[in-house]
Amino acid sequence: MARVWMFGAHVNTDQIVPGRYAPYMLKDEAALRNYPFVEARPEFAAMVQPGDLLVAGPNFGCGSSREYAPLALKMVEVGAIIAPLFARIFYRNALNLGIPCFEADLTSVLHDGQQVETHLNEGVIVANGQTIQLPPPPAFLREVWAAGGIVPYYKQHGRFPGQAG
Amino acid sequence: MAQTLAEQIISRAAGRPVRAGENAVVAIDLVMMHDSISPSIIKVLHSELGAERVFDPERVAVVIDHVAPAATIQNAEHQANLRRWVRQQGIRHFFDVGRGISHPVLVEEGLARPGMVIVGSDSHSTGYGTVGAFGTGMGTTDIALALATGRTWLRVPETVRVQAHGHMRPGVSAKDLGLKVAREIGADGATYQSVEWHGLDELSLGERMTLATLSIEVGGKAGIVVPTGAAIEAHMAQHGYQMPEWLRVEARATYSRVVEIDLSVLEPQISVPHQVDTVVDLSALGRVEVDVVYLGTCTNGHHEHMAAAARLMKGRKIAPGVRMIVVPTSSEALLRATEDGTLATLIAAGAAIGTPGCGACIGRHMGVLAPGETCLFTGNRNFRGRMGSPEAQIYLGSPEVAAATALAGYIAHPAELV
Ligand code: SF4
Repeated sequence: MARVWMFGAHVNTDQIVPGRYAPYMLKDEAALRNYPFVEARPEFAAMVQPGDLLVAGPNFGCGSSREYAPLALKMVEVGAIIAPLFARIFYRNALNLGIPCFEADLTSVLHDGQQVETHLNEGVIVANGQTIQLPPPPAFLREVWAAGGIVPYYKQHGRFPGQAG
Repeated sequence: MAQTLAEQIISRAAGRPVRAGENAVVAIDLVMMHDSISPSIIKVLHSELGAERVFDPERVAVVIDHVAPAATIQNAEHQANLRRWVRQQGIRHFFDVGRGISHPVLVEEGLARPGMVIVGSDSHSTGYGTVGAFGTGMGTTDIALALATGRTWLRVPETVRVQAHGHMRPGVSAKDLGLKVAREIGADGATYQSVEWHGLDELSLGERMTLATLSIEVGGKAGIVVPTGAAIEAHMAQHGYQMPEWLRVEARATYSRVVEIDLSVLEPQISVPHQVDTVVDLSALGRVEVDVVYLGTCTNGHHEHMAAAARLMKGRKIAPGVRMIVVPTSSEALLRATEDGTLATLIAAGAAIGTPGCGACIGRHMGVLAPGETCLFTGNRNFRGRMGSPEAQIYLGSPEVAAATALAGYIAHPAELV
């Protein structure tokens, strides 16, 4: 089972990881795992379990290009992020790191703290016995997730997704 | 088929005609990387991608601007490593502490040019749209891949066209237009899209950069100010190059949305904490007392911005209990402000001057805010905690409003001064 962590609209990267907690500001870069939402939601890092879902309103991840924001979420093994709209740099960064992002508005369907069953490869969530089908991301994004991120993808294929051989 | 500026630029870089909505792999003209995330980029480049050298040292620019000069031993060490790496890689376009913020510096140096595809490790890389380039910000992994391969993938964006009409009144400037657009279309109004700014031929380069950098605050992947007008002509002549003949506004291009703004009735706009798109007319704000006025950043720290503030502040003193921090966007802006007396006016009024660079914009140094403090900021983001304490309040406004506010002690209309 996965817990739903509910967030509002326009969650920015300063809220996900404030600049003061950037890996290069830390003595030990691995400590970044302690800081997702450190100020916006201080209990998050200690309580989040691998596979948990972030469910948010529109424009998730707006703000700076800091990849350590999605990296911190990857370090705590967030299962997927679901929002009606993602800020584009965040979306790219999450994609590059292999974090599944689904574009859907579940903020009025699910609630914070809810336990749900997830089948992310099929884009399916089961909540209170109800099956929710998430819209499938474009094929080339799924290829990148399947490879575990853009770096492993590039190393495997020697090209970008969609680039002629 | 008629194309938007973004479609024209990406078509050229992809080597085939593309339209909004397609994915394309493109050749990159210039990769910008700055100090603050360089350690992670270099690590991905060498350790994860196994690339020993950047694809072309002539197409890479490195700028130390985010924490410049270094604030901690750790910054200093990272910057020392970065300098060593730049030498090893044979990168000539390297701009060290004090030269200024990456986006204005690459424009001033004539490295960013119309029609280029430029990717940068900073979200305000939309700023290269100042000179009609497609500039876009990316994270560590994308920049490392760009450095290794000279390529990236892009989804060709739809375009929001901002069409300005008429002329701005005194005391109103590009910042007010940028905030007004954020107010109209929201912080996600142009997500995944390019913003094309039309009807602004009379703007200076610095004012163009205000709009190009604010484009990311409405979600823009790029923000291109149509590269026509006297300022662009003069800039191209200074650097000895011409507008590519394939780059021009095509009347029948398709836009996802057109936002019409009448400049002649535009009032000073203020973005209130803690989101850029929560914007009000200054006249509707009520009295907000401030502790700090901060004039600077890639958005509003250019020579013309300091000069606009100085014109209003000449012969006057900032209000007791207020501190005013001025951080020029670049050494070129600082030099001009020194030569024409702008700086002397600001210092005589009581302002403190910082080293050109990002300063306190990201809350690392040079004027971070204490809990409970209120700042009138000419930058581009008022997110909670952006400039230091999460309990500080950041209001965004123009350089003219900054000057009026420094003198009044509360957020004030420039017209109150005359
Ligand atoms: S001044 Fe601020 S917004 Fe501009 S590049 Fe520096 S940190 Fe980014």
